[in-house]
Parts: sequence; C-alpha cells; structure tokens
Amino acid sequence: MAEIVLDHVTKRFPDGTVPVNDANLTIADGEFMILVGPSGSGKSTCLNMIAGLEDVTEGEIRIGDRVVNQLAPKDRDIAMVFQTYALYPHMNVRENMAFSLKLARVDRAEIDRKVNQAAELLELTELLDRKPANLSGGQRQRVAMGRAIVRSPQAFLMDEPLSNLDAKLRVQMRTTVARLQNELGTTTVYVTHDQTEAMTLGDRVAVLRAGVIQQVGTPEELYQRPRNLFVAGFIGSPAMNFLPGTLEEGRLRTALGDVQLPAEMAAKVRQAGAGRDLIVGIRPENFEDAALVDGQRAEGRTFKATVDVLESLGADKYAYFRLQGARATAQELEELAADAGTGDAPGGSDQVVARLDPASRAREGQQLELWFDPGKLHLFNPANGAHLTL
Amino acid sequence: MSTHSGATGVAQAPPQAQQRAGRRAKAPLSEGARAERRLGWLLCAPAVIVMLAVTAYPIGYAIWLSLQRYDLRFPADRHFIGLTNYATVLTSSLWWTAFGVTLFITVVSVAVELVLGMGLAMMMRWALVGRAALRTAILVPYGIVTVVAAYSWQYAWTPGTGYLANLLPSGNAPLTQQWPAIFIIIGAEIWKTTPFMALLLLAGLALVPEELLKAAKVDGASAWQRFTQVMLPLMKPAILVALLFRTLDAFRIFDNIFILTAGANNTRSVSILGYDNLFTALNLGIGSAISVLIFVAVAIIAFVFVKGFGTAAPGQEVERR
Amino acid sequence: MNRNPRAKTLWGITDIIVIIVALVPVLWLASLSFKDPGTIADGSFLPHKWTLDNYRGIFQTSLFTRALVNSIGIALIATALAVVVGSMAAYAVARLRFPGKGLLIGAALLIAMFPPISLVSPLFNLWRQLGLFDTWPGLIIPYLTFSLPLTIYTLSAFFREIPWDLERAAKVDGATPIQAFLRVIAPLAAPGMVTTAILVFIFCWNDFVFAISLTSTLNSRTVPAAIAFFTGASQFQTPIGSIAAAGVVITIPIVIFVFIFQRRIVAGLTSGAVKG
Repeated sequence: MAEIVLDHVTKRFPDGTVPVNDANLTIADGEFMILVGPSGSGKSTCLNMIAGLEDVTEGEIRIGDRVVNQLAPKDRDIAMVFQTYALYPHMNVRENMAFSLKLARVDRAEIDRKVNQAAELLELTELLDRKPANLSGGQRQRVAMGRAIVRSPQAFLMDEPLSNLDAKLRVQMRTTVARLQNELGTTTVYVTHDQTEAMTLGDRVAVLRAGVIQQVGTPEELYQRPRNLFVAGFIGSPAMNFLPGTLEEGRLRTALGDVQLPAEMAAKVRQAGAGRDLIVGIRPENFEDAALVDGQRAEGRTFKATVDVLESLGADKYAYFRLQGARATAQELEELAADAGTGDAPGGSDQVVARLDPASRAREGQQLELWFDPGKLHLFNPANGAHLTL
Repeated sequence: MSTHSGATGVAQAPPQAQQRAGRRAKAPLSEGARAERRLGWLLCAPAVIVMLAVTAYPIGYAIWLSLQRYDLRFPADRHFIGLTNYATVLTSSLWWTAFGVTLFITVVSVAVELVLGMGLAMMMRWALVGRAALRTAILVPYGIVTVVAAYSWQYAWTPGTGYLANLLPSGNAPLTQQWPAIFIIIGAEIWKTTPFMALLLLAGLALVPEELLKAAKVDGASAWQRFTQVMLPLMKPAILVALLFRTLDAFRIFDNIFILTAGANNTRSVSILGYDNLFTALNLGIGSAISVLIFVAVAIIAFVFVKGFGTAAPGQEVERR
Repeated sequence: MNRNPRAKTLWGITDIIVIIVALVPVLWLASLSFKDPGTIADGSFLPHKWTLDNYRGIFQTSLFTRALVNSIGIALIATALAVVVGSMAAYAVARLRFPGKGLLIGAALLIAMFPPISLVSPLFNLWRQLGLFDTWPGLIIPYLTFSLPLTIYTLSAFFREIPWDLERAAKVDGATPIQAFLRVIAPLAAPGMVTTAILVFIFCWNDFVFAISLTSTLNSRTVPAAIAFFTGASQFQTPIGSIAAAGVVITIPIVIFVFIFQRRIVAGLTSGAVKG
C-alpha cells in the first residue's frame, strides 16, 4: 500500500516565513495527484517534505502506513524526477539509471535486467552508452524518469519535469508521462505551475496559494465548481473573466447588462450574507456570437460591444473587448495577475475575452452582439473570495 | 544561511521538541539540520586547526617576544621591557626610511600593474591570434621562482656583465645607488606580478556582457568611452579586489630586494629590515617588534580598502539553495 | 572586434611584444648559463662562447641536487595535504549550513593577507624549541597554512558550480553524504582539484622567506634558498654561471608545465569566470 497522507503539515523557516500552512491531503494508492499553483505557493516545498529533502515543522507525513518525518530520503522508498533532471554528467545513461541500485547492493544481473526493462519502456535502449551532455532535452528527461522507474518505488515525486522542454515537446511528453503512470500504477505526486498540465494529467488536482491548499478535486470539479475566486481564476485557459456586479432585489447589475438571477441562485447569495457588491465570473467559452445562436436566444442575454482584438486560431476565435466598468478588484485577482505577469500590463483588467465559433463574422474594430447564459455565471463574495452559488 | 534564532512563536512546536530546545525557545533543529552542522564543523576542523596553530599562536608569541629585550647573542640577558622596543623602532630613521621606501614601491608598482594588467586582460579576452602562446608567455612570470627572476635582473643591471647596464653611460652601477636601484626593484616587481593582476582583472572583465558593449557601440560610443563608461564601472568590484590583494602583497615585498640589493643603500623594505634584525643582528626583541608593526600596517591597509572603498571580500556571497 | 587583416597584424605585433617582454629574463638567464666563465662578464645578450660547464658544475655537488629533492618533496607533500584538507573545508563552506562559516571565511582571508615575515621570528624560535627547525615538516606546515586560504577560495568556487540538484538526486537515490561526495561530487570537482593543486604547487615552489628563515643545512633547504647561498671560486666572485644554470633547470619545467596547463590555471585564478 503506497498511500501518501499529509496530516496538518506545516513548514516554518527560522526567519518566520511559512511556505506551507496546515496542509491536509490524502493521496490514494496508484493515484496521480497534481500540486498546482503560482510560484511561491509552496508546492515544491510540499514535495520536498514528502521526499525528505526538507524537514517538517509540524504535522505528520505518512507513506504506506509509516510515519516518515524522521526518515532520510533513501529510507522512504520514493523516487524523484527533478526539474533540471539532475543527471550525473560523468556517468553514461546506463550508469545513471543503475546508480541507485548499485548503492542498494543489488546484484549485477538484476541491475542489468531492470535497467534494460526501463530503457525499453522509455525507448532509451539505443542511448544507454551516451553521456548526458550528448542527449537532447527530451532524451534527458526520459533518462531522469528511467532513473526513477528502475527502483520500482512506492511513489514517484516529480518536480516540474516538463518545464524545461519546448512547447511541442512538452505536449508530447505529457502523454508519455500519463501512459507510464497508467502502466506502472505507481502513486505519483506531480508539481507544476502550468494548469493545462494539471488538468490533462491528474486524477485529482490540489490548488495551492501562499502555502494553503485551496481545493482538491478532479479536474472537472475544479473547472465546474471552483470553491473560490483564486481557483476559478487559476483553472481554465484563457482565464475566467471577472466583473463587478451589484445585486438589487434579485436583479444583478453588471457591465454586461442587467440579469434576473434564477431563484435558487438568489436564495443562496442571500443565505451567504454577502451584501450587495459581488464579483461575477464568466468563462470565455460561455459566450457566443449572438448571430450564431438562434434557438436558444431567449434563454440567454445579449449585449453589444466593440471588438478590440480578434485572435483567429483556426479551430476557435477569441474576441477581446473592453467594457465600461468591467474592472473587478480583489486581492486574489491581483495575485493571479502578478503570477501571469499581467499585473502591470497596460489595458489589463477591464478587458473581457470571449471564445467564438470559427464561423463567426466578428471583425476587429467593429461592434458585435454577444450572447451568454446567465446560468453559467459564477458569483463570488469580494470580501473572502468564496463562491456563493455552488 | 546559518540557522540562527528567528522571531517565530513557539506555541505550536511538538512537545518533545520543546524539551530538546532547552534554553533556546525557538523552532528546534531537526536531526537532519544538526547532522549537517556537525558535518560542517568536522570538515572544517583540520583546516581551522592548522591555520590557527600556525598564525594565531605565533603572532601572539611574536607580540610576547616584542615586549622583551631578547638578543640571541646574549640569551641570559633576556628580560621584559614593555613597549621600549616599539619606541626604539618608531624613533629610528632606519625604520622610517624603510617604511617610506616600501610605500613608494607599493604605490608605484601597483599603479603601473593596474594599467598594464588591464591592457593584458583585454588582450587575453579579445586576442585574435595566438591565444595559447600569449597566455603561456603571460603566465611564465607568474610561475617562475621570484629569486631566479631577481638574479636575472641583477645580472642584467650589473655593469660589465649585464646587457641592460651596458646600455647606460659607462661607470654607472644602478644597483648601487638608492633611487636607480629602487626603480629597478619596481621594474622587477612589475614584471613578476602583472600577470596575476591581469588574471584578477580578466575575471572582472569576463563579467561585462558583450551585448552591452555592442549596444554602446551602436549608440555611438568611441572605444575610449566604451572603456570608461561601460567596462570600468562594471569592473569596479573586481578592480578593488585586485587592488586590495596586490597592495597587501606589494607591501610585504622581500624576495626581489633581498637578491637585487640585499637592502643596501637604503633600499630596504620593512620586511628586509625585519629580517636583518632577526637573522643578521639576531635581535629577537626588535625583530619581533618590527614584525608586529608590519602586521598592524597590513591590517590598516586592508581595513581602509574594505571600509573605505567598500571592497567586497571574495567568498562572502551567500549561496542560495 | 574587427576581423580584418589589419587588425590581425596589429594583434600579432602586440602579441609578439608581450611575449618578448615576458620571456626576456628567462632567455637572458639561459644565455648566461651557456656562457663560458671567461666571457661571462662581457655583457652581450648572446653567448660568444657556448659551454655546458655550468650545468655540469651544479650537478657535481650534492648542493643543488639535494635542494632540488627538498623542493620537489616538500612542495608535493604540502600540495597533497592542502588539497585534501582544503577540499573538506571548501565543501563545507560551499554546501553546508553551520554557524561560524562567516568567521572561517574571514579568518582565511586574514591569513591570506598576513605578512610572512611577521611569522618568521616566532616560528624560528618555536621550531628550534620543537626540533622542527631545518626539517621538512618545518616548511610543510607553514606552506600548508598559507595555501589553505587560496585552496578553500578556489575549490569552493568550483564546488558551487556543481548543481545542487545532483546531490539531492544522490540523496534520493540512496547515497549517504560520504557516498554522495565520493561518487558524485568528487569526480565532478576533480578538474578544480587539479587546478588548485597546480596553483598551490607553484606557491610552495616559489617561496623564499620561509625557506631561508627556517632552514640552515641541506636537510631541508629548498632551491630558492640554496641558490641564494651558492658560493663561487672565491668570496669576491659570484657564481653567475652556476646560479644561471640552476635557474634555468628549475624554470624550464615550469614553462612546460604552464604551457600544458595554461587553460586550467587561468580558469582557477579567475574562479572559472573565463573558460578556456
């Protein structure tokens, strides 16, 4: 059984910083768990604590049924894949993969068998005699994984293994990693800051922010039912649009127009006691060109706006437009913007993105009538970021 | 980053750790961190012991000796006389002459070496032709035994024997006159240590990004302007470090003077003076006093450099994990 | 920089000037060493009469050969010790966290700035009392002390270049700290250790102050000290030829040495900032 449990785990540095604050997480045996979040959110620290490369200040970490807090990394039966691969430059691929087995005094024949097996799995058989300097980025990454596989450990820990690869290779390697984990069935904890990786690879995903786990769930849960502003803004690409809204007797006033809230939604908002000012979230994919929506027109709302920029990607079109009064402010949104690097960008947050069907006739600089379904709106409490209508 | 007590609250530390922490009521060190500390001390121990044993103790001993009247020719006469030796030295014209000579040699040779070294550094960085030969040639003065080079210069400047002396009007024996001898000594010093200076400056030069120089060129800067406005400011830390080390080295000059003139005709440096008193006059008291004064002078120079110019001592960067 | 032919010739000329200036004293010595004793005072750069007598002379007595043995032996032992002791400290400084590290670095710096002449008087007395005067250990110990700051400084720069992740990978792979050091770090730091060894060797080989103060007989007298005490046929005649021959004998190996290792030496002294 290689279940991994983090039980009220906190990490505190002597200078007072708290990179991980009261983390509680249960990773089932054989599960592919992703830790995702912006830089500095504590995800790597969590991973290092599971590995034993960092000490736990409070709480317990259990692997299998053992409490491992005091165990050295080598006694925890885990294998790690590093962001920089950390291949030993003076050893060739075979020796790199065999290193841990040699240290464990496994006999030669067994070592050769395991190394060859892993090499075959990762298509490295022809590269076994090369040194890391003579390998491409993708090949090095596979060797790093091969090194982890040969040990047949209880768990794999991966620290942003794909970040150093170029975009196309990354997409390719994603499927390799997924396939491998399926075949081997080993419990895997994977750290990334890329939410696309998180969504495509994970059985379950844990979103971290400033050392606190915001939500744990399947990718679909996180997408459909984000528990707070941060998770809603972090998951999904392009990110969810956020607008300020005012609630008056069941009518929601937003920059997109006035919306009559469905009864249950209005009731939930009142129950949460959130007051009049809210933050409204709507995903780009919940918009559509009104001209292409015939039958369902009545079930949604329409509004007109001038298209600022139109991105035509072939399979989709993205329309960017600016709306008066579309700038929502909240601490979570600032953090998300800072992480995306758009915090200081000109023309930032009163911009709204809509995804349109490629058949749309939208043009830059022209007015467009857009349609959206009010049922797909997400309402958040600006004071604490909590989702109000889940 | 050394683990020092921080200002964290202790309320949530697990119970057994609180007992272990004892007088330090802060977050306790884990096994891993303490093993790391022990290992660190263990690994440094031999080096520390050797360095301390051979410097701390002897310098203390030197101070002790300097406070005594101790002449090896009259060992029975040894007794404590406090600071009298220092008074003797500091009021002696021999000391101040030697001090003046030493200062002069130091300032002139370091200044020239800085200029030449900078030129050499630039050659080594951007040489188009014959890099290996250039480097070897430049490093030969560094590798050659100082004494051997000193002999070479001595013979070169001895009238009759030497090719350089024979270039001067006849009857001129530069090594036997104070100021010509001093300049020859300076020449020998410069020849010997410019390579070292050049290498220290090369390290700083290598940190100037090519792109900055290209940008400056495009902006219309001449070669001289690129040198003064781009390279020099960026090299300032390296220049200061090079100056610090070379100045300290130059102040301690000994080998070249010993061979070239043996300190005759007032060409003595303070180190030669110390040696003379110690081994020629066998006066341990005075010799030790001179040694301690040299040490103090060197410490003052280092202090002036570090505090006055803000020289960053190498090896004090904090590495990030 | 321009790659046009004019620039190249300019560089070529400057190169040659630098090389000549750098090598002139060595060539002069070589010339003196080949000069027949009768013509040695004639002041010309090249010998008129060539002879190998000077070389034969220095190898005839045990004065020079014994000093050579002393120099090589003492320098090698001091270098080996410095690299071993220095690597341990350098590794700790570059990688581990422990209190007192700043103090150690500061102390090492201080020692590097120490005037050796200040130590000569107490060491002279101390060594006499301990029986270390005029012995190999008597020189090895101060050489070790003075090469440690250089060693620690150079080696810690090399250790820092080794990616931190490699050690963590080794830890996760199951290595104890010693295994990690011996099987992962040391092989990667080997070039740095070679460079440091070269720099330390040159330092020990070169030393004069300690050599003349702490030795008195051929028991431990090294070459620089021995040369300074060469005597000629009479007390008025300096043995120029012999000294020159001795100088050449100990310089040529250094020149070859430097030529082979010039890349490493430059890398070491510039803390790896300049590669090749």
